[in-house]
Amino acid sequence: MTATAFRADPGIPGPGTFGSEPDDHAGIYRYDDLDRRFVAERVEQFSKQVTRRLAGELTEDEFKPLRLMNGLYLQLHAYMLRIAVPYGVLTTTQFRKLSEIGRKYDKGYGHFTTRQNLQFNWIKLEDTPAILGELAEVDMHALQTSGNCVRNVTTDQFVGASADEIVDGRVYAEILRQWTIAHPEFTYLPRKFKIAIMGSDSDRAAIRTHDVGVIAKRNEAGETGFTFYVGGGLGRSPFVGKLVREWVPEQDFAAYLEAILRVYNQYGRRDNIYKARIKILVHQLGIDKFKAEVEEEFARLPRPKFTLAPEIVEGIRARFASPGLERLPAESAEFERSKAENVEFARWSTVNLAAHKAPGYAIVSVSLKPAGGIPGDITSEQMDTLADLADRYSFGEIRVTHAQNLVLAHVRKDDLFDLWRQLDAIGLATANIGLIGDIIACPGLDYCALANARSIPLAQAISARFADPARQQAIGELGIKISGCINACGHHHVGHIGILGVDKRGEERYQITIGGDATLTTAIGDIIGPAVTEEAAVDAIDTMVEIYLANRTEGERFLDTIRRIGHGPFKESIYAAD
Amino acid sequence: MSFRAITGNRLRDGAVVFYNDEAGWVERLTGASLYEDKATAETKLASAKAEAEKERLAVDIYLFEVLVEDGKRVPVTIRERIRSLGPTVRTDLGKQAAA
Repeated sequence: MTATAFRADPGIPGPGTFGSEPDDHAGIYRYDDLDRRFVAERVEQFSKQVTRRLAGELTEDEFKPLRLMNGLYLQLHAYMLRIAVPYGVLTTTQFRKLSEIGRKYDKGYGHFTTRQNLQFNWIKLEDTPAILGELAEVDMHALQTSGNCVRNVTTDQFVGASADEIVDGRVYAEILRQWTIAHPEFTYLPRKFKIAIMGSDSDRAAIRTHDVGVIAKRNEAGETGFTFYVGGGLGRSPFVGKLVREWVPEQDFAAYLEAILRVYNQYGRRDNIYKARIKILVHQLGIDKFKAEVEEEFARLPRPKFTLAPEIVEGIRARFASPGLERLPAESAEFERSKAENVEFARWSTVNLAAHKAPGYAIVSVSLKPAGGIPGDITSEQMDTLADLADRYSFGEIRVTHAQNLVLAHVRKDDLFDLWRQLDAIGLATANIGLIGDIIACPGLDYCALANARSIPLAQAISARFADPARQQAIGELGIKISGCINACGHHHVGHIGILGVDKRGEERYQITIGGDATLTTAIGDIIGPAVTEEAAVDAIDTMVEIYLANRTEGERFLDTIRRIGHGPFKESIYAAD
Repeated sequence: MSFRAITGNRLRDGAVVFYNDEAGWVERLTGASLYEDKATAETKLASAKAEAEKERLAVDIYLFEVLVEDGKRVPVTIRERIRSLGPTVRTDLGKQAAA
């Protein structure tokens, strides 16, 4: 153990000393030998479990929880392997490995999820040990992607790059990864546990829809602290996370989370899977009682063991290599000229770029939502080329967003036009980030064993209907989210327009909600009427867009108009004939 | 006419398989045994499960309904139609791709 290690269990390897050999990849936490040994041991352990299962030494009932702990599910057509992308950040070496696995062991493509992870849909059980072995070669694994544990911690896809960032959430997400990965108290929680962290005033991580949502901030003295929300969640019983503490000092970051999880572990229900999430506990106890329990537990924790010392934070921060950003003028004549000469590039620049903290740089969002395409899918060929582009233009780093898109976080404005042309050549230059075509959709009944209806065909039909990029831009910010069942992996509850697929006597139908919001002004959408067919759902969205356009005032987003005029006009327009 | 058939996923690779009384687990619905009455189907299901666990052949085994129309077998539910063919959004993949 070294000063930079932060583990719950002394038996678990810590990150050790800062790596002496620099690599080309910025913003990536560097594993050391102890981390690698831990992952390698898990691969070896699971390999033996697979061997024992295939030899009949383990029954399916015995084996199932073991495979789930290693991210391996059984879906409709095959096994599905969910690979962890801690806080959504990947090196191009890792990205190429995912591409290779897709080509070698799957069907040449992968699917990015709303948890910033990657899923392969056609995996063979007998190949899984080899796949996990190959992942371990590039410091990847499938831990914390399934089971009743603390899942992969998610954060802002613009972390460490955004102009509006106050605190770098990666550092604290990594601290939580280390704190929770094999924490003995967190291995058999009542139910899965999802944490998201943001480090700016803009919520790009859907903070209040998580079991615990954390906002990292600074006080007037410049000290780092955290606001904790608890009990958010979607699924069968959606709840908006409630404020449990406005300010937790940095040194108590892990202690406070430990206290929350201990209260959950003690009081969370284990008799009913549908009532086992912390949101139900918070709802049933009431936030005041829950808060009192947490504070009591927090006061009882032995501080030396749980204190997050500044040197630990700095040690972990140091293991995220900073990109070698150049000092550049804020404006790029080349960029401005290219925009003036090429209307498509100008549109893409308006829609897909975000402000970088460093002058002369931009953050590029790469849409995985082509018109009529499958949200979140990417082929191995596209991945290879995107890795090359990330090496050339963005310090060998790629991020995954919870909206199922990718990000190149540090691109020189001078390089944007070249990058855009090359993205366009591989079908990854769709200009629709945050617009109506940027639809979040779960895999639905085309792949998922839990689904009641298909999600993807509806997403394809909607994005095809609104394929015109100029029309999308004119409509402005509008988030459609689609789930194929009440588990809500597609976050439909918080879509500006949410769609839930249901099974009505053997027929697929779609229930529409409006007014949902995944940002800090979190809101659960309201159902506007009976479920409709896929075709009618597409028409209904078109109608609602027209109602919005007819009623909006200057600068008003779809969500703002809904809040101002209410749901009535939208509902009436769709169900008028009924 | 409505029948019942037995399906599961092959243990080694997760592929969708169907049970045939003589041939064991087969990859195509066309090769599955069909059972007209519920009692027979339940009995066959129990033995198929026991055999599959013992021989480590298939998992997640259950009965589903199949209609036979003009000699063609069509699962009653969308879920089973998708399982027997492949994802509707990728017709180049799954059993439908090799059909």
